[in-house]
Amino acid sequence: MRHLLSAADLEVTEVAEILDLAEEMALVQSRPVKKLPALRGRTVVNLFFEDSTRTRSSFELAGKWLSADVINISAKGSSVSKGESLRDTVLTVASMGVDALVIRHMASGAPLQAARWFAELGLGVHVLNAGDGTHEHPTQALLDAFTLRRHFRGQDPGRDALAGRRVAVVGDITHSRVARSNVALLTTLGAQVVLVAPPTLLPSGVDSWPVEVRTDLDEVLPDVDAVMMLRVQRERMSGGYFPTPREYTVGYGLTRARLELLRPGAPICHPGPMNRGLEISADAADSAGSLILDQVAAGVAVRMSVLYQLLGGADESGAVR
Amino acid sequence: MSLTGSDDARTPGSGPLPRQVLDADQINRACARMAHQILESNRGAADLVLLGIPTRGVPLAQRLGRAMAEVESTTIPVGSLDVTMYRDDLRRQPTRAVGRTEVPVPIDGAVVVLVDDVLYSGRTVRAALDALGDLGRPRAVRLAVLVDRGHRELPIRADHVGKNLPTRSAERVHVRLEEVDGVSEVTITPAPDGADDPGEDRFPDPAWTEEEID
Repeated sequence: MRHLLSAADLEVTEVAEILDLAEEMALVQSRPVKKLPALRGRTVVNLFFEDSTRTRSSFELAGKWLSADVINISAKGSSVSKGESLRDTVLTVASMGVDALVIRHMASGAPLQAARWFAELGLGVHVLNAGDGTHEHPTQALLDAFTLRRHFRGQDPGRDALAGRRVAVVGDITHSRVARSNVALLTTLGAQVVLVAPPTLLPSGVDSWPVEVRTDLDEVLPDVDAVMMLRVQRERMSGGYFPTPREYTVGYGLTRARLELLRPGAPICHPGPMNRGLEISADAADSAGSLILDQVAAGVAVRMSVLYQLLGGADESGAVR
Repeated sequence: MSLTGSDDARTPGSGPLPRQVLDADQINRACARMAHQILESNRGAADLVLLGIPTRGVPLAQRLGRAMAEVESTTIPVGSLDVTMYRDDLRRQPTRAVGRTEVPVPIDGAVVVLVDDVLYSGRTVRAALDALGDLGRPRAVRLAVLVDRGHRELPIRADHVGKNLPTRSAERVHVRLEEVDGVSEVTITPAPDGADDPGEDRFPDPAWTEEEID
C-alpha cells in the first residue's frame, strides 16, 4: 500500500491485515512501555486544515508509539492563514524529507491531489486521508469496523464477525464522509448497510450505492445488528435541511424510547463529537450497548496499524532510506 | 543418530533436493531432552515462563511446556513473543506481517525461556531481547532452539539445543512442525551448484558438534 486515500480502495485481505495488526497494536496500549521501534527514524506530519481532536491526537499517539517523529501543522497559525495555496503548503512540508503526510482538508479530493503532486515530482511521501470534505474518512471506517468486529467476535466467536450483519447508518448522510467510508468498507466486509435519513439529508445518487435506503428510523431499528449515529453538523442547520433541531430529534434521534426498539445488546456507535440530546440521547450514549469509547480507543490501534502498513517496510523503489 | 536421513523427493523441479536430518520421533526426543535440561538447570519449574517466537517457536514452546508439566506435575505458562517490530532489517524488505504476542503472566522477576526453531545469525534473538525489555524485567532470559545451524553474526548463544547442525551458509534449513505444517521434520536443502564458497567451513565445526549430538 502506497497511500491510504479511500476506504473504497481497500481489498478484503488488506482490511483483514489492517484489523488483525490493530488487535496486536491494541495490546501495546495496555503495556507499561507503550513503544515499538518499528518506525524509528521515520517522520510523520499531521497537516490539518480543519479542526480535529480525536483524529489528530490519535494519529499523533499512533506515530509516537511506533517511534516515529510526529509534528502537527494546523491551518491556524501556519502560512495557510497568509494565503499559501494547498500545493505550496503540501510541497513545502514534503520537501523537508518527511515520510508521511496525514491530511485533513475541507475540499474533497485534497489528499488524492497531494498524492498526485508527489508522484509528478517523484517524491516518495505516503499520504493518509484523515478526512477530506464530504468524500471519505477511511481510518474512521477502519476503526468502526475494528470496534464492531471485536464486539461481534466476543458475542459469537464461531461466525464471521461482520459478513451478513445489518448496520444502520443514521443521520446527515449528505455531508458525511464517515458515512461514505463506512458504506464502502462495511460492504467490502460483507455487511449490509441501511442508510436512514430524512430525504433532505440523502445525497443525490444514493440509489446507485450498494445500500438500502430508508426514511423511518423506528421501522429499521428492530431489524439491525448495530446502529451508527452520525453527528448533526450544527453549522449547517440554517441550510433548511430540517425545520428545527427538536423535529430532527423526534424523527431521527436515538432517544431513550428508541433504545427499546433495538435488539437487546445491539451496539451503538458514534464517530464523535456528539451532540447529546440532538442525534443521540445521553441514555443511548452511556448505555451498556454503547461502543463510543471503544471506538476512540480503537482509533489509536487502527492508526498504528495503518502507519505500519505504509511505512514499516522498504520503500517501493527498494531503496534503503 | 545419522546426519544423512533419506532423501526427500517431495519438491519436484530443478535444484538440489532437501535431505531430512530429523524425523518426527527425533524431534520429539530432542524436545523431551530439552525440557529435562531446562528443568534441571532451573532446578525445577519455579518462575519459568516459555515464550515461543512465531511462527514455529510457538508450537515448540507448547511442546516443551507440556513435557515439563508432565515431569513436574505443574503447569508452565507458555506464550508467544513476536519480534517483527524489533527486527533490524524491516527497511530492507516489503512490510512484514506481524505475529501474535501473548504473554500469559507478568515477566518481571520470571525466568523467561525464549524458544525458536532455528538459531542462525542471532538477529531474531537480539530482536526478542529488545522486545522483552519493553514488556518487563525478567530475572533471567534463556534460549532454547531446536536446531543451531551456526553462522552467528552477533554475540549470542543458545542455552538448550535440540541439535547442532553443521551447515554452509548457502544451505537452507527447514523446520516443519505438525501443528503448523501437518508434518514434523527438519530438512537441509544443499546449496545450488556454484552458490557456495568451496573453501567455506561448516559451522558449527562438525568436529565438536558430533559428540554433542546424542
